[in-house]
Order: sequence, then structure tokens, then C-alpha cells
Amino acid sequence: MASVNETKTQSTSTQITVSDGALIPDRGEGSIFSAWNISFFGALGLVVLLPVISPEPYLEVIRFVPDGILKTFQVTLISIVFALIIGLITGLGRISRVVFLNRLATVYVEVIRGIPLLVQLFYIYFALGRFLSLDRLVAAILAMSICYGAYMGEIFRAGIQSIPKGQMEAALALGMSRRQALRLVILPQTMRTILPPIGNEFIALLKDSSLVSIVAVSDLLRRGREYASTTFYYFETYTMVALIYLVITLFFSKVVAIMEERLEHGGR
Amino acid sequence: MAADSRIRIENVTKRFGTIEAVKNASLTVAEGEVVLVIGPSGSGKSTLLRCVNRLETATEGEIWIDNDRVTDPHGNIRLIREEVGMVFQSFNLFPHLTALENIALGPRKVKREPRGVSRDRARTLLARVGLADKEDTYPNHLSGGQQQRVAIARALAMEPKVMLFDEPTSALDPEMIKEVLDVMLQLAQDGMTMLVVSHEMGFARAAADKVVFMDNGEVIESGTPEDVFDRPTEERTRRFLQHIL
Repeated sequence: MASVNETKTQSTSTQITVSDGALIPDRGEGSIFSAWNISFFGALGLVVLLPVISPEPYLEVIRFVPDGILKTFQVTLISIVFALIIGLITGLGRISRVVFLNRLATVYVEVIRGIPLLVQLFYIYFALGRFLSLDRLVAAILAMSICYGAYMGEIFRAGIQSIPKGQMEAALALGMSRRQALRLVILPQTMRTILPPIGNEFIALLKDSSLVSIVAVSDLLRRGREYASTTFYYFETYTMVALIYLVITLFFSKVVAIMEERLEHGGR
Repeated sequence: MAADSRIRIENVTKRFGTIEAVKNASLTVAEGEVVLVIGPSGSGKSTLLRCVNRLETATEGEIWIDNDRVTDPHGNIRLIREEVGMVFQSFNLFPHLTALENIALGPRKVKREPRGVSRDRARTLLARVGLADKEDTYPNHLSGGQQQRVAIARALAMEPKVMLFDEPTSALDPEMIKEVLDVMLQLAQDGMTMLVVSHEMGFARAAADKVVFMDNGEVIESGTPEDVFDRPTEERTRRFLQHIL
């Protein structure tokens, strides 16, 4: 579900990335027959070709799901924004020297990471629904944000801790407060380090957003299911749904890869 | 004596757990004086220096900058740090800011100076350290010597009363040491009060009023550069000097 990158940037960068976000293409994998090219253009080709070859039902599926795609993006984008905010607060809490805040953030991370996202979603929508009666879209976004906030928190923590200690010392020696040093010196550097892992989280979240179809939010998967259950074209529908997800995630994985490369080679 | 000393370190001990990094060390730096602390690695000299602006908190003893008590746990250390410039072995420039922004950041954010004022001063300081043409350059496009000169300018931008140097040339390639020492020498001649941890004998003889030898956390002896280098009274000092000369 999430990638936790312990990244050390500085001139010598050792990077261990274990991620199930999506396959991030390597630099140097420039060949036309790179895995990314085969997957992306293969999927894109099929999405275009299948409706041409066999408009019934592929073209109808394509016509049926666009508002689902929009809903998927809506859930993903809103959730990632909240997850980033929660993540920043959590990350700061995780490095806080105030014991209470530190413990609170750590417990949050441990608890959330220990519960499957689907269970969290059920819990917020069905279990807490008894007291809160949340709108299903709100519940879905809430669950995704809270869950990914915990993972983002770990990314922020790792990012902040990857900045050499001397940076904080230099800022403090100038007379800055810790807060100023964090805001003006540490976090701007952290952003550059954590942008790629955040991109990864975005892709993972986009995929996990398909879980919200369970609480009847009409995202891409849900729309596909609606179509399939009335037409019984299960194979054709889910093939298209899978291909559309693939095109989207591969597209964003390329964006993340380009971003990563820019950051590494962009001077500064 | 006490009246004209800018930095006063009195019986300072610093413990890390059970390890005593600094043992009952005392030294003073008078107004306009340049004091060099030498000693083998692990002798506690950097730790002592870092206690002066409280990057490390002294376990025992007192440190004063003029009339401000650094070791007062309730004192506002930030106000003291504004008046104590520090230069690090590893430069510690902010890599996301240009040379000019590195220098202007402190005055603008800590002293709340208008942007124009802090940038003008930064330009003047860059010229003073011989890097007028590098204002828009990011640190990783500067050589080590250039980075350290920007770091000195960054510390000077706060208009400090005293400057601390923590092995400022130790991370530099030999051909870059001189350009940094020249800047420090100029600073000493301009009357800056300086406490320097370094083994640069040439700089010591040219600029230091006093050399302090530390070993194993203790101040072993101190005196003029000539006294300590040419006529050391302590056996430990003699042995150390044989190693570095």
C-alpha cells in the first residue's frame, strides 16, 4: 500500500526504495521496448483498439465510465491533500521532543498501519456511521486521508531526518528558533527529498481509491460494476476497467520518474 | 581582567553519559583577541567551543559572553546566539539557497531587517570575502574554500560581537586552506574577537594572541603562540606538537 523511503540525499545518495506504488521506470531504460513502454502503450493501444474492433460492449463501457474516472480523481486528489496535511503534522510530531506529541503521533502511525485500509473504511462508514452518519463520499475521503496520513507522516519524518544535523545547528547558531529553522531551512530541503516518495503514495492512493466502491461511491470500479451487472459483460467490462487504471497509474509513474530525475539533475 | 573579557569560560565540564568530554576547563577571550585552541582529536576542544553558543549544554560551570550568562537555563539563548557567529568544519551552508540568500537569511528572519538592507549587506560581505561574482550561485556549485568563505560571511551578516570557528579548514583541500585563512586573518586584523579550534600553525603565529592546548578534556597549558609552540612547559604539549609539526 505504501512506500517508505529512507532516502539520504547529499552528494552520495544511497536509496532503498521498496514500493508498491507502481513501477517507476529507471533512467537508462530508454529502449523502445522498456517495460514501461510495452505496458503503457500496450494498454493505451488496447483501450483505443478494442472499442474500434468490437464497439459492443467495449465502446459502451468507455461511454459509461468517464464520470467514474472523474470520481476516482476527485477522491484521490482530495484525499492526498488531506493526507499531506495530516502527514506533515504527524511527521513533525514523530520528531517532536515533546513526549506527549511524539507518543501521540507514533501511536497514530502504529495503529493505522496495523489495520487494513478496507477495514478502516468499513469502520468509519459502517461502525462510526451509527453515531456520525457520514456521507459516503466524506467517509471514503476521511478513511483514505487518515490512512495515508500515517504513511505520509513516516515519509515526512524520514525526509526531515535525512537532512544533516549541521543544517539545524547552522540555523540555530544564527539565532533562529527551532520553528524558524524547520520552516526556513529544514522543510524546504525535505520537500525535494520527499517529492518522489509522495508521488509514489499518490499512485498507490489512486489504486486504493478503488476500495471506496465498496461503500457505493461511484468511482471507476463502481461504474464498471454497475455496467457489468446490467449487461453481464463481466470479462469485457473489467478488462476495460483494469486497462484504464493501468494507463492512468503508468502515466503518473512516468510523471514521478521525470520529477525525480529533474530533482537529481536540476543543479541547485 | 573580567571586565574586558568578551568570552569567559569558567570551570566547564561536559559529560555525555559517563564520558567526560570536557573537564573543568577555563579560558577567557578578551575584546579583539584571537585565541586558538589546539589538541588531539577527541580532546574536547570542539565540544568546549560548542558549549559557548550552547549547541551543547555545559554540564557544570559557567560561560559568559560579556554580561550574558550562556549557561543560564532560563536565559534566552537566541539573543546571545545572534551576537555569536559560528563557522563549522563542514560549512553547513543551506543548499536550497544561493550564496547571497544564505548570507541574507539570518538578518532578515532573525533581526527582521528589510529585504533590501539584508541583501545589500550580503553583497558587501560577499565582496569582502572575495566572492562578489558568486551571489546567485548555489553552494554545491562552489568549491570548499568558497563555501567556507560564504559561511564566514553568513556569520558576519549578523554583526556578531565574537566569532567561533570549529576547525574551519579541516575539511578543505590544501590549496583552498589559504583563501579561508586569509579571510580569517583579515578579520583578526579588523579587531574581531575570535575563538578558533584549529591546528593551523601559520595562522596561529600570524594572528593568535593566545594558544590553548587541550588534551583529554582538560586545558593543559596556554600562552602566546611562541610560548606554546617553541617553549611548551608540559610534556603532553610537546608530544602533541611533535606529531603535527
